[in-house]
Amino acid sequence: MTSLIVRAATRVLVGLLLVFSIFMLLRGHNEPGGGFIGGLIGATGFILYAIAHGCAAARGALRADPRSIAVAGLGVALLAGVAGLLAGDAIFTGQWLFLGGAEGEKGLPLSTILLFDLGVYLVVLGAVLTIVFALEEEV
Amino acid sequence: MAATQTDSRALTRPAGLISVAVPLALFGWFLQFLPEIAAGGTVVYRIDWVPSLEVGLGVLLDGLSLTFALLITGIGALVTLYSTSYLGGHRDYGRFVCYILAFMGGMLGLVLSDNLLSLFVFWEVTTISSYLLIGFDADRGTARRNALQALLVTATGGLAFLAGIILIGMAAGTFDISGIGEPLASHPLYLPIFLLVVAGAFTKSAQVPFHFWLPNAMAAPTPVSAYLHSATMVKGGVYLLARMNPSLGGTDPWFWTLVLFGGVTAVFASVMALRQTDIKQVLAYTTLMALGTLIMFIGVGTEYAVQAAMAFLVVHSLYKAALFLMIGVVDHGTGTRDARVLRGLGRAMPVTMVAAMLAALSMAGVPPLFGFVGKEFLYKAALDLDVGRLWVTGCAFAASALMFAAAGIVAWRPFMGKPADTPTAPHEGPWPMLAGPLVLALLGLALGIMPDLAEPLVRPATAAVLGVAAKVDLYLFRTVNAAFVLSLLTFAAGFALYLSHARLRAGLSRTPKLFDPGWDRLMDLVAAGSTALTGAIQTGRLRRYIFVTFATLAAVLSVALWRAEVTLAAPDFDDLRAKHWSVLIFIMAGALLTAFTRSRMTAVAALGVVGIGVALIFIMFGAPDVAITQLLIEVLQVVLFAVAMLKLPHLGRDMNTRPRAWDAVLALAIGGLTATILIAVMATPLDLRLTAFFEAASVPLAHGRNIVNVILVDFRALDTFGEIAVVAVAALGAWAVLRGTRGARP
Repeated sequence: MTSLIVRAATRVLVGLLLVFSIFMLLRGHNEPGGGFIGGLIGATGFILYAIAHGCAAARGALRADPRSIAVAGLGVALLAGVAGLLAGDAIFTGQWLFLGGAEGEKGLPLSTILLFDLGVYLVVLGAVLTIVFALEEEV
Repeated sequence: MAATQTDSRALTRPAGLISVAVPLALFGWFLQFLPEIAAGGTVVYRIDWVPSLEVGLGVLLDGLSLTFALLITGIGALVTLYSTSYLGGHRDYGRFVCYILAFMGGMLGLVLSDNLLSLFVFWEVTTISSYLLIGFDADRGTARRNALQALLVTATGGLAFLAGIILIGMAAGTFDISGIGEPLASHPLYLPIFLLVVAGAFTKSAQVPFHFWLPNAMAAPTPVSAYLHSATMVKGGVYLLARMNPSLGGTDPWFWTLVLFGGVTAVFASVMALRQTDIKQVLAYTTLMALGTLIMFIGVGTEYAVQAAMAFLVVHSLYKAALFLMIGVVDHGTGTRDARVLRGLGRAMPVTMVAAMLAALSMAGVPPLFGFVGKEFLYKAALDLDVGRLWVTGCAFAASALMFAAAGIVAWRPFMGKPADTPTAPHEGPWPMLAGPLVLALLGLALGIMPDLAEPLVRPATAAVLGVAAKVDLYLFRTVNAAFVLSLLTFAAGFALYLSHARLRAGLSRTPKLFDPGWDRLMDLVAAGSTALTGAIQTGRLRRYIFVTFATLAAVLSVALWRAEVTLAAPDFDDLRAKHWSVLIFIMAGALLTAFTRSRMTAVAALGVVGIGVALIFIMFGAPDVAITQLLIEVLQVVLFAVAMLKLPHLGRDMNTRPRAWDAVLALAIGGLTATILIAVMATPLDLRLTAFFEAASVPLAHGRNIVNVILVDFRALDTFGEIAVVAVAALGAWAVLRGTRGARP
């Protein structure tokens, strides 16, 4: 699986896929997208990299163990939930902060919802890559 | 044995210090409630725990629970003090302290709970800590086996008790003990409730035929036997029956079940006590006798009987704990517990002898010890009966006479006579080991001379069991009456039995053992049964698992459809246009190709075609989120399959012959059923209230226009969190399985 075409295409595609996955994650609240889809697209990018350059290289590019990424994502999502608890609401109630909001203009919306979606993204990315890498290495 | 590893320095270390200080402080704390409880008051304290289930952590402190609480903490402090010497040098002493304090907490919770559900939780805490303590010497196979036996017997009874609790909750409308109030005797559920509760109590308190675990539990270190399996935990069943007496007691089934089983246990156990050569085993069987007696008299249920039972409860806890601790000292000092070997220890172990004699005299029911008071009241209560007088009196008399003989074997014979050869030269134990038996034995003497001192405890306890105030007047001796004459006869009979106990033992030891080997056979049967079942179900062939799973699904769906009695309308095909038809054909072609291809790779790719067709349907009906996810999942699935299947063999013809017909039938059935259900679902009008709510609330409440995502990450975030947790755990599981295959390969 080390054809020149695949490797050359991968160089462009992986970057695009990863950017696209983050784009999907961020736009998810208003347009089709979200953490789940974003995580899957991100995983596809790394899988493509693994196909072109081998699993070890893909693991190196990922820098962290996919298992740690999945569990860290779970922690991030939980943190977003606990934030609601700390604010005095029920657990997992969204907390919003509109940076630079003014009359008629919402400003930059920051929320624990985004944090939660980021957690979903990381769990999906980590979980899929855990299984794919393990399969590719074992079988 | 652990008994040789004494180390008196443990008392000054944190673990030892905590283990003694905590129960001692609690004992003092409970003592301050004595005046209020003695005056007839009760302390009720309640905090909500699971309000939606009406489970509260209610505390009910009345005479009964205070009596138990004082025994638990008081004897607990003496036992842990004893353990600092007895087990202080053990390498797992810290673990022991953990277990025993966990048990103490559980036992206190059990007797203080006002709510049946929290009572059950504490009930199981004592069961589990008892398991851990019996198996404390985990290197020994017998200890592990006996621990498991005790756990299985008591936990099975515990489950029955839980079922009984749930029925009580249904019948009484509350789980609060203080709230049950009205007797349940006339309720239609009374008999099942009664039987389930009794099953829990009888297993916990080791009544025949569930008695066999208790003598085996003597595999535990001696302080544990003294504490759990004599003074406190095994009285949990007695406590339960006493506690439930106002609401469940006073009926014919109650009377006869408790009186018969209690009586049989008392007599059977005291006969078996004479058979034993190990003094600890003798004590274990006499404990069974005491438990049987207590249950018999709670079953009798008259004011006098309950008063006698409560007095006997205190009496027994004092002398039996003292005797157990005493035999630990003897074991430590001589290296043996064999009743046939031990003789003439009095000179070498004078303090132990004093404690042993006082405790044994109390056990034998000799005046002026508290045991005499307890026994006299038992006799009086028995002789006062109208129904079952002969049975109750006879059982109490036989058990007491045998107890007199057992007391001689346990405490008279080992200390009197000519000193005999023992494995190590007899020597006195260190003071922490002598304090316990001595204090308990002296308490038995003090309460015997001044029985009035026990009244502030026995009176409110009796009242709590009866549910009404009781007149309690304890005394050592007033007039010569029938009970006193019976006592004199008991001494005579007991003395005769003691003199002939060697011959009795020889005769008894020829009788076959029934219960313990029976238990082993039962366990073997269970193991064989589960092996057979596993072999039948877990064939190791994925094809068969999938077939069974889908066959079950088909059966469940058929039953559901049949029960629901749906009316089916013919589906309407008029709305379908060319693009819909083409996608449908696309999907069907993919499905057919998957089913009929010879190549695995083709099957995987064809399955992907089906998935993409489904994604197209989602797009056509305006669900882009779902469609994107579906597409991505399909791609991933094909990749995963492809990676895994590269190494698998081709689908051979031989694998695809006979079962395929059945596969087709099953596939058609599942497909047909699913289609039928979907058509039925389409026929029912859709409730759009939720959809309307999300459409309206999405932007103002959650600041998002993509309803699907807003529901996922905001409205239903907790559900999503559960789902991603499942995803993460599944990935870890898959990783572990795959790593396991690498390890297994050469």
